Amino acid sequence: MNRFEYVRPRTVAEAVAAAAQPGSAYLAAGTNLLDLMKIGVARPARLVDLNSLPGLDRIEHLPDGGARIGAQVRNADLAHDPAFRRRFPVVAEALLSGASAQLRNAATVGGNLLQRTRCAYFQDTASACNRRVPGSGCDARGGENRLHAVLGWSEACIATHPSDFCVPLVALDAMVEIEGPAGLREVSLRDFHLLPGTTPERENVLAPGELIVALRLPAEAAGFAAHARYVKLRERTSYAFAVVSAAAGLRIEEGRITAARLALGGVAAKPWRAEAAEAALAGVTPDAASFRRVAEIALAEAHPSGDNAFKIELARRIAARALSLAAAGTPERLPALPASPFAPVPGGLHG
Amino acid sequence: MSLSVTLTINRVLQTVELDDPRVTLLDLLRERLDLTGTKKGCDRGQCGACTILLDGRRVNACLALAISHEGAEILTIEGLAEGERLHPVQAAFIAHDAFQCGFCTPGQIMSAVGLIGEGQAGDDPERMREGMSGNLCRCGAYRGITEAVVEATRSMTATTREEAA
Repeated sequence: MNRFEYVRPRTVAEAVAAAAQPGSAYLAAGTNLLDLMKIGVARPARLVDLNSLPGLDRIEHLPDGGARIGAQVRNADLAHDPAFRRRFPVVAEALLSGASAQLRNAATVGGNLLQRTRCAYFQDTASACNRRVPGSGCDARGGENRLHAVLGWSEACIATHPSDFCVPLVALDAMVEIEGPAGLREVSLRDFHLLPGTTPERENVLAPGELIVALRLPAEAAGFAAHARYVKLRERTSYAFAVVSAAAGLRIEEGRITAARLALGGVAAKPWRAEAAEAALAGVTPDAASFRRVAEIALAEAHPSGDNAFKIELARRIAARALSLAAAGTPERLPALPASPFAPVPGGLHG
Repeated sequence: MSLSVTLTINRVLQTVELDDPRVTLLDLLRERLDLTGTKKGCDRGQCGACTILLDGRRVNACLALAISHEGAEILTIEGLAEGERLHPVQAAFIAHDAFQCGFCTPGQIMSAVGLIGEGQAGDDPERMREGMSGNLCRCGAYRGITEAVVEATRSMTATTREEAA
């Protein structure tokens, strides 16, 4: 780990001022940042510690039916907040399918959005990586790339975003509240992460010094609570990143879908909202054939970036399974293995 | 800024001078305070051998900067027993032979204490296995570990009920 200057601001304004200086990084829990510093991938000159800032650790249930989640709220606290879990169960399921209990106790909501990719070449400083060192090349192209992106990738970078939490958030139209040198602004989570294009080193829209202070879920997001599931396929049962995942939310009236939300994880450098598939679900009878058909639409633009063509069919099946599980209804209590695709589908709606 | 940090470690208030902000809680415990019960396995948050309770919650000590935890309360494996009286999770690990080499055991035990405190798994072995998935055991003593955690949960829940009655 490189040496760094340690700064402990007492207000958001102090934090923003300190972090606006070049080479600064914010420290929340550090579960991702400290790891990257240990392996030399992140080398900040200054750490601006957010842990003494007041007021960023609250979960607020807003009068309009939405929710506002402070950036320093820990993943476990959000997932286990009874009111939050009742109104946004798909977000709780995604959170509880991520990492381990120890990490969920520490990791923060704001930090989750800023997780770096788990691409092995990004993490290995001896490899070429345009995301880590712009212009150096991409050793993942032609390398071990069976887990890499199938949507939105470029010749410069084929990495995926590792977050589970962000997948239902993007499906539910979450907004990101950002404080910065120029004041407060809001960005839709849909627009927050950037696809790699020719500048994969730009991972999100934050400018130097800008700080995520909160996330907001709109009131409409709670309207999917009765039919909302997250499904995540991993290479082992627990404590692994998604190979592919899907968050699905449905509103069903008189046997027909009146509104649908669908997003995919593990497939691109950002959580992937599948709007065309959502539109195709409007007015449709919730059955396996319909879900299979819209899953095709969700992956229509997918193409392999390496040895990962299997992920396209896998993502279709996981999307269809998430929709089938959502149609069957959100369970009263989350299953023992949250988001596991191996749970039976109640009511015979097999994906 | 002075680089000292004041922590309550195993119920004792201590101020530790740090010469470097890079010190993790794990290195602070092991290298500065000779509390070597907490183990360094991967040092990257993947194995769980360094699990401690930080303000009552289980976390990976390897991924926490000491300087960032001013005022925190830390419980390690050394602080779990009361004198000669083992904590119920420690006793259950022995009763169920829940280890072979023992390297992961302090982390397993601290994680189990945290898990039971969280109260989310009840005594359902499937939920418990999922809740303990952040602790790897290279010897593969998982069966004994699960049995030990189930038994400790049941005995601690029964004790709590008796105390409440």
